[in-house]
Amino acid sequence: MLKFISLRLLFALPALWLILTMVFLLAHIVPGDPVQQMLGEGARAEDLQQLRHALGLDLPIGVQYGRYLSGIAHGNLGESFRFQQPVTRVILTHYPATLELAVFALFVCAAIGIPAGTLAAEKRGRPPDHAVGVLTLFGLSVPNFALGPVLILIFSVLLGWLPVSGRGGPSHLLLPAITLGAALAAILTRMVRSSVIEELSSDYVRTARAKGLSNAAVLFRHAFRNALIPILTILGLQFGTLLAGTIVTESIFAWPGVGRLAVQAIEARDYPLLQGCILLIAVSYVLVNLLTDLVYAAVDPRVRFE
Amino acid sequence: MTSLLKPLRDFLRHSVPGRFGLALTAVLVIAALAAPWLAPYNPIAQDLPVRLAAPSSAHWMGTDQLGRDILSRVLFGARVSMLVSISVVLGAGIIGLAIGSLAGYFGGWLDRFVNVVLINAFLSFPGILLAIAFAAFLGPGLGKVILALVVTGWAGYARLARAQILQAKEMEYVLAARSLGASHLRILIRHLLPNILQPVLVQATIAMAGAILAESTLSFLGVGVLAPMPSWGAMLNDARSHLFDAPHLVVFPALAVMSAVLAFNLLGDALRDWLDPRMRAFLVVTSLAR
Repeated sequence: MLKFISLRLLFALPALWLILTMVFLLAHIVPGDPVQQMLGEGARAEDLQQLRHALGLDLPIGVQYGRYLSGIAHGNLGESFRFQQPVTRVILTHYPATLELAVFALFVCAAIGIPAGTLAAEKRGRPPDHAVGVLTLFGLSVPNFALGPVLILIFSVLLGWLPVSGRGGPSHLLLPAITLGAALAAILTRMVRSSVIEELSSDYVRTARAKGLSNAAVLFRHAFRNALIPILTILGLQFGTLLAGTIVTESIFAWPGVGRLAVQAIEARDYPLLQGCILLIAVSYVLVNLLTDLVYAAVDPRVRFE
Repeated sequence: MTSLLKPLRDFLRHSVPGRFGLALTAVLVIAALAAPWLAPYNPIAQDLPVRLAAPSSAHWMGTDQLGRDILSRVLFGARVSMLVSISVVLGAGIIGLAIGSLAGYFGGWLDRFVNVVLINAFLSFPGILLAIAFAAFLGPGLGKVILALVVTGWAGYARLARAQILQAKEMEYVLAARSLGASHLRILIRHLLPNILQPVLVQATIAMAGAILAESTLSFLGVGVLAPMPSWGAMLNDARSHLFDAPHLVVFPALAVMSAVLAFNLLGDALRDWLDPRMRAFLVVTSLAR
């Protein structure tokens, strides 16, 4: 197990390095002068020079890269222009809202995907299965930036049941969570369906049926439990995708998280803040994947030997 | 010609979703190609007196906040969507295919570096996140959107091509070609490539849906195509501030994106089932990893 953990950690390193380097290089591929863009067209030459010096942009690129890496090691991501505060502090105050939304969306996915997938598997080839199939296809095809406004239109504007935007009680969470989780719910439904079907056709299920167990007992006590392992993995792996999806969803619902912060940073050309947001989401994604793999290996010993 | 038509007929007979997907795709392609003739108005011409007009016989899908005809914008939006997605799929596909094939064919340290470091790293965080960052730093523009999506999209093809080449290069026809004195390049291009193209085509079809989604997402966030050019994502972004007074602004571009994505998803699913049912599990895993 220890060997597996260290190997898996080693594999996560290139990904982390690539993210860090890409985010660093991004600031240097900006066409024209980033400092000029930040200060606007009419900025004076000495102001430009001063800001360039303050940001360390007048140093050789290798030195900048070294400074950047050591800054990150010390938790220093620079200063946000818009907030006039350290980037680390700004993104960490917005992080809990994003986590709250993503975790809730994950629950919504599980609440939709697991029953729907199980139902489709049990009624394989019959009308409920086809209905679920059509719905998952739509779930996969509706982009979150189209679904969000449509949901607001129906549930907030026409029916007036749920708030349009902002963060508050559970009623504020529902629409953003559905918007964020719809695609994942569809993927999950497909996975649950195929993995329950696989378990239902295995020998131990035939044995269980042969000894006269009821349909429900076979389905829930036997097949479903074994089908859960791949399902949990998918949920874990997709949690990271949910984090990336928050950029669009949060800006639709004015949810005060890291995703909306990233969009605000794009609009305000606040490059250090944007770098920080991207970095935080990407690193969370890599870490969640790592954690999922480790949990999976702990639950299912076969994984460790592959 | 008949040799090309027969597999197509087989495919269409085989699958209902495939027929539906192909029909939707055809509508999309026609809309994109014939937009200048089909569109009743100039998509960027403003007509402020009729701004936010509801759908009527003069404007079938209504007008937007600047009085532009939404039907014309949706039609021209199909152009942008198709142009970006075809370019992205071609660009990322060719780069991924080249890198993955070379790594799989030659093996050794090149393969280890490409597979463990490059492909793993690119696939281990969501491409759209990097694309957003890329586009945000590059600034809006059609070419830059394509560049951002190609840079972040090649790794999926590379992984698939590598896996396929690893299997195919052990085949006897490769040994036969080599013993006849064929060069590595010839073996790769003339013998191996045609044999791994099927799954790559399936992946490319599904990736069309992903590219359409990605372009709209970037445009929705304001880092996609430039402003007066009609893009479905940008139209949806504009519509957000008129949810209460003009809901039709949301409905039509949303339907357009949805049908485009649905078309390629259906087509890709059907192609995959038709070509090789066993491919299913592998492709699901790689598409999830994106």
